[in-house]
Amino acid sequence: MATAINQKQNFLKGIIKENPVFVMLLGMCPTLGVTSSAMNGLGMGIATLFVLLMSNIVVSLIKSQIPSKVRIPAFIIIIASFVTIVEMVLEAFIPFLYEQLGIFIPLIVVNCLILGRAEAFASKHNLLSSIIDALGMGIGFVIALTVLGATREILGSGSIFDIKFVSENANTFILFILPPGAFIALAYLAALFNRISIPTK
Amino acid sequence: MEYIIILIAAVFVNNIVLSQFLGICPFLGVSKKVSTSIGMSGAVLFVMTIATLVTYLLHQYILVPAGLDYLRTISFILVIAALVQMVEIMLKKVSPPLYQALGVFLPLITTNCAVLGVAILALGLENVSLLKAVFFAIANSIGFALAMILFSSIREHLELANIPEGMKGVPINLLVAGLLSLAFLGFTGLV
Repeated sequence: MATAINQKQNFLKGIIKENPVFVMLLGMCPTLGVTSSAMNGLGMGIATLFVLLMSNIVVSLIKSQIPSKVRIPAFIIIIASFVTIVEMVLEAFIPFLYEQLGIFIPLIVVNCLILGRAEAFASKHNLLSSIIDALGMGIGFVIALTVLGATREILGSGSIFDIKFVSENANTFILFILPPGAFIALAYLAALFNRISIPTK
Repeated sequence: MEYIIILIAAVFVNNIVLSQFLGICPFLGVSKKVSTSIGMSGAVLFVMTIATLVTYLLHQYILVPAGLDYLRTISFILVIAALVQMVEIMLKKVSPPLYQALGVFLPLITTNCAVLGVAILALGLENVSLLKAVFFAIANSIGFALAMILFSSIREHLELANIPEGMKGVPINLLVAGLLSLAFLGFTGLV
């Protein structure tokens, strides 16, 4: 059954049809919490992509060794190990991003997206399918976070990836880099996504 | 006085859901009815307080003396997962009515980032002590309950509202959460 999966479809579903953020609403805490700028969104997305990919690989490789009764704790340990790696690497090499993302780095552990993919996909499929699934879902997550971050940054600070395109003392919608802006921007992006994706179904 | 400030800050100014974005999954997921959101808030209060108590002790007396600070994330999540399981088993035996009320919500809490988040945030408090950390957890769970109950009462009313096609479901809920968060922004500067 595993080989019968169309790999291209498997990859694309994470980006559009089952987009983790806009459609499935997984991993909402980091989505809303860190996306005050495009850079933060991208950084968080890539960190999550890495953890998701590695945990899917490991879970898929050792799935037959894990007794099904303790599979959830086992998955959590696997995920937590990779999160610890990410945490230490970021602290050592990209301290700026580490400061910005703060509490949300350790919280990648409880991102339902990662545990959800381990449980729903990697524990049932072979290595290749799991890798492709992780890449698709992860890239869908990166895109969603970057788009949301960019939207908020453009509206809220008048810049994108820290490149300012309005004058220093221009009035911007500061609301969008404040917490309520996260909810409001995501609400309209989700509505837009609904509008675009429904007719293609 | 210090404790009053912690309470006001956690409930209104830095509300855990509406301004720190922790615990969004249950906030959006189980807030359809006021009664379920009260159940969820009760379960969070219970687990968050115990989890913070245990993780604080673990951090202060095992991880720090042994120089294993980098194992914080992995050990905390394990402790919380085990704790939730234990609370569930104990409640079932000791207090069946409470188990009836909170039972379904307990397994969901393991992956509630508010619990892990508060456990980690509590360690960063000024002059942190055991009492302060636990009080911080209680204050935050009150903040969670407030946000949750307000949001679910609005959602109950929304059921009857006439909403444009594209905004139905997720977008309108997020928009409501945004407005609620905007209202809480008014508390900025209170402490």
